[in-house]
Amino acid sequence: MAVIEVTKENFEKEVLQSEIPVLVDFNAGWCGPCKSMRPMLDELADNNNKYKIVAVDIDEEDELVEEYEVASIPCLVVFKNGKETNRGVGLIPKDSIAALMED
Amino acid sequence: MVYDIIIIGAGPAGMTAAIYARRAAKSVLVLEALNYGGQILNTPDIENYPARAHISGYDFSTTLYEQAKELGAQFIFEKAVGIKDGNGKKTVVTAKNSYEAKAVILATGSANRKLGIIDEEKLLGKGVSYCATCDGNFYRQKVVAVVGGGNTAIEDALYLSNLAKKVYLIHRRDSFRGEETGVNRLIAKDNVEFIFNSNVTRLIYDKRLSAIEVTNKIDGSVKTLEINGLFVAVGRVPENQNFAELIKLNDAGYVQAGEDCHTSCAGIFAAGDNRTKALRQLVTAAADGAMAATEAVKYINNNCARPKNRKED
Repeated sequence: MAVIEVTKENFEKEVLQSEIPVLVDFNAGWCGPCKSMRPMLDELADNNNKYKIVAVDIDEEDELVEEYEVASIPCLVVFKNGKETNRGVGLIPKDSIAALMED
Repeated sequence: MVYDIIIIGAGPAGMTAAIYARRAAKSVLVLEALNYGGQILNTPDIENYPARAHISGYDFSTTLYEQAKELGAQFIFEKAVGIKDGNGKKTVVTAKNSYEAKAVILATGSANRKLGIIDEEKLLGKGVSYCATCDGNFYRQKVVAVVGGGNTAIEDALYLSNLAKKVYLIHRRDSFRGEETGVNRLIAKDNVEFIFNSNVTRLIYDKRLSAIEVTNKIDGSVKTLEINGLFVAVGRVPENQNFAELIKLNDAGYVQAGEDCHTSCAGIFAAGDNRTKALRQLVTAAADGAMAATEAVKYINNNCARPKNRKED
C-alpha cells in the first residue's frame, strides 16, 4: 500500500488504533532530506504488508508536532499498539529505516 | 567486473565526476552511504550557482542524479569502509561487498563537527541541532543558543533571531572571524546576547534538552542557561578516516590534494569538500568533480590500457 497522508483528524484512527505497526514520517515541503527519503518510504510501503507508513506535514500539524515533540526533521517515529517504540532522526538509508521497524 | 572508475560519494563533486567520466566512455560506479545529494540537500534555496538564480538543494541534486544516471553511471547505496591497492587495481570495500576499479575518486564530503560533550548524540532531535534553517521553525518564540564563531554560526544566529524569543551566541573567542556585515546585524538585534570566551560544557535534560552549562575559559566561572534548543555550528569534519591508511591527510583530516585532485596514491583522486582547498562551495565541488574525472581518465589511459597488437614473446 502507498504512503498515507495523515492529519490530526485521522491520526488517532490511522496510527494509534492501527492493528499493524505504523511508521510516521514527519516532514515538510522545504526539507530536502525529507524529500530525498520519500521514494525509499514509498518503496517500503508498496512492498510490505507487515506495517504501514504515513506522512505528517509538520507545517500544517502544529498539534501533532507538539504532542510528539518533533524538533528536527526528517523524523521517523514507529508506533506499535498506539505507543511510540522507536525513532530515527535525520537522513538515514533504506536499510536503517526498515531496521527501525524490527526493533 | 572491474569498473574503470569507482566514485565514493554522491554529492555535487561525485556526481559531476560521474558525468565527466561517462562522457569519456568510462564505466562508472558511484557508491553512496545515505542517498544522493550530500550536504546541499539541506539548502532550501541556492542563490550562487552560475546561471541558476534560485534552485533548491533537493532539485539541484535530483537533476544532477538523473543526468548522471541517464549517461550510464551506476549507483549503489552502500557505505565504503576502505580501499585496498594492489595488482594494478583498487578494491573498494563496503559493509556488504567489495568492488574493483582501475581508479577511484573520493568525493566523501564532510560531516557536522560535534561539540564532543556527553549525550550530545542522544539529544539530536530532542533539542540539539546542527542545522538552523532545517530546524529553526520548531523554536518559534522559544529560547535557543548557537555555538560557534564562523560565518555559519553568525548566519544561524541571525536566522534564529527572526524566529526565537531569545538567541544566545556562545563563542570560545572574544571576536568573530566571520563576515562583518553579519556581525553588525547581530549586534543590532535586541534579542541576541553574546557570550564570549566560553564553551558549552554540559547538556541538561529530562526527556529533552532544558538547559546548558557554559564555562568561561578565562575565569573558569560556570553558568546555567535555560534554553529549548542548542544549535551547533562549530564547523565540519572531512569524512576521510576510512582511507587514512592509503592516502595522506593533513592534520585537520583533509586529503592532501591540489587543484589537479591527485592524492598521494596513484590512481586515487579527491574531489570536493574532503580535500585541502581554499573555498568549499557548490561550484568548486562541481569543478573538482570535472577535474578529478579528467585526471582519472588520463591515469587509466596511460597506465591501464592493454597494449594493442602486442606480439607474443
